[in-house]
Amino acid sequence: MSDIETTAEAQEETQALAPAAAQPAEDDDNQPVDVQKVRSILESNLGARMRTWLSICARCGLCADSCFFYLAHDKDPKLSPAYKIKATLGEMYKRKGRVDRKFLKQAKEIIWGQCTTCRRCSMFCPFGIDMATMFTTARAVCNSQGILPAGLARTKQNIIESGNQMGMANEDWIETCEWMAEEWGEEVAGLEIPVDAPGAKYMYTVNPREPMYYPQDIGMMAKIMHCAGESWCVPTEGWDCTNLAMFCGDKAAAAIPVRNMYAAAQRLGVQYILMTECGHAYRSGAFEGPYFLDIPGGKPPVPVKHSVQLFLELIKGGKIKIDPAKRLKEPATVQDPCNVSRNAGLWEMLRELSLLLCEDFRDMNPNGAYNHCCGGGGGFIPMGPEYKRRRMQSGKVKAEQIRATGAKVVISPCHNCFDQLGDLNKEYSLGYKVLSFKELITEMMIIPEHLIPQEEDDDDAQGGEE
Amino acid sequence: MHELYEFLSGTGVWIAFIVLVGGLLARLAFLAGLSRERDKVVFNHYNGGWAWRSILHWLLPLGSVSFRQQPLFGLAFWVFHVGLLITPLFLAAHNMLFQEAFGWSLPTLPDVVADSLTIVVMLAIVFLFARRLGRPEVRILSTAWDYTLLLIVLAPFLTGFLAYRQIGPYDLMLNLHLLTGEIMLVVIPFSKLGHLILFFFTRAFIGSDMGARREIEGRLGAQTW
Repeated sequence: MSDIETTAEAQEETQALAPAAAQPAEDDDNQPVDVQKVRSILESNLGARMRTWLSICARCGLCADSCFFYLAHDKDPKLSPAYKIKATLGEMYKRKGRVDRKFLKQAKEIIWGQCTTCRRCSMFCPFGIDMATMFTTARAVCNSQGILPAGLARTKQNIIESGNQMGMANEDWIETCEWMAEEWGEEVAGLEIPVDAPGAKYMYTVNPREPMYYPQDIGMMAKIMHCAGESWCVPTEGWDCTNLAMFCGDKAAAAIPVRNMYAAAQRLGVQYILMTECGHAYRSGAFEGPYFLDIPGGKPPVPVKHSVQLFLELIKGGKIKIDPAKRLKEPATVQDPCNVSRNAGLWEMLRELSLLLCEDFRDMNPNGAYNHCCGGGGGFIPMGPEYKRRRMQSGKVKAEQIRATGAKVVISPCHNCFDQLGDLNKEYSLGYKVLSFKELITEMMIIPEHLIPQEEDDDDAQGGEE
Repeated sequence: MHELYEFLSGTGVWIAFIVLVGGLLARLAFLAGLSRERDKVVFNHYNGGWAWRSILHWLLPLGSVSFRQQPLFGLAFWVFHVGLLITPLFLAAHNMLFQEAFGWSLPTLPDVVADSLTIVVMLAIVFLFARRLGRPEVRILSTAWDYTLLLIVLAPFLTGFLAYRQIGPYDLMLNLHLLTGEIMLVVIPFSKLGHLILFFFTRAFIGSDMGARREIEGRLGAQTW
């Protein structure tokens, strides 16, 4: 675990990179490229896998049909994963890093604008080439020259400066938790959101969107945890489980949020890091994070649990009871976030949970490990308005999948999917509602008798205060 | 012509096999050394069961998702590989040479079977060539070298077939057969044909990484086939 502490140099490296990243992308095609830097990134990523992948791609084209960008654009051959690699990372290696800004800017539009690193293509490649890893390397090259979508550059800057992607102060986070505890305490007696409780079972981490724009999400989680009688807390630091620097291809910056989160969990001595319904956060915390920090063995120092795991456990274990009369009557489907399903193995749990909550559950096709990305993953949502048009076009595949189910509710256990599904709903006039599991559960659950607030007492208490 | 035959059928064959085996071993050794330091993720999450299932499914007809999605291509591709491997190994004429040189040989295929397999392999190559030209998503990826490699693989089958059928000048055909066969063997370790063995490693990685590593509470990870 000493590795977590020895990352000060990584932080310095990131800060050294920061000014370049912060500069807006202007018309600076003639500016020099730091070829040495580019070469060193290419070289350090040129391991046995990368060498093998680059050299044995049979150019069979089987990956094309797996990609939703390709499918959504009338099978434009330039959108096949193999071609996108060839045109970007392949060229970078071929030119031995001697690339200019114009090339890198074109590459940027491909590696961010035409790939969400969803890893579906790897399942269709005869050699199982991990193209997402290759795109991430290409992103690292562009990132090193400050060439990346402005929206992502901003979030990266926030991470470097504040430790979380929205630049929110820790005090504001804790205040939001307190506010939510108060508000939701009106619904459940004795509800609280413990802060920094050593020895708690779960340390709950969130997407900063929640304290920023959707504070009710925190309240919902508190209601579930309190009613289930779980031992939990939120940390004052390391509470952001997301990692948009990961999608910038910036290893040093991507190490920051995971390091903070792991360190908080170790400091508090919790059994699990519990994560909100977010896909890439789980990919970062459970799988990629240990590699950002070079932790031997490649496993997080404290086990990471996704909300859906816990929800299923609580409902099946009887700690949370669902009111049968309140189960969802409308046709519903569940979105498989790539980083919850294919890349985390949780797709069966999504279905088990959906069936417990919905009377008319309809699956999409394809689904589970073979799902299509919603089109908002891999950093696409925070890439901002500049990329929205493209996001809507490539989301056509998902929109059609949902339309075919006839669902009126789409459950999304991921914040990025949530936004994308909302946008697709408007764009394609699909007429559904997007809900998270926690929202459904808080609406359907039975509050245990002893936790139902006594109205009169409540009034008295309030009267007394005044 | 005879001296050339002597060389190609003696020293030439030795050189070709030494380069093939030595080249593949050297490539493997180099990659293995590199991986210790740079591909820790492979060793950290390797899982034999998931690795082998991922490998075997891609070796069997209809075993993989891509085979099922494009059955015609899948079949051509499968027949091509099977024919490519077993025809030369179990050909009666080749085994007579093994017997002569080493005093041992493998079981042999009846000539009519070997002959048919050769035709099938050649047809499969024509199909793969046509597919490369015809399908836009494949054409855009294809380089001159991809077409050349198909021709390099076709050549020993075509010349062997012609020699066996005694079409054209026999001696010349036989020498061309030896030469093109040796070229093919020599090219394997230094080209994408190295997938002959590298296939097993890349599949083992993805099978373990997307499978075993994503297994959770008794639920399966992603099956990469």
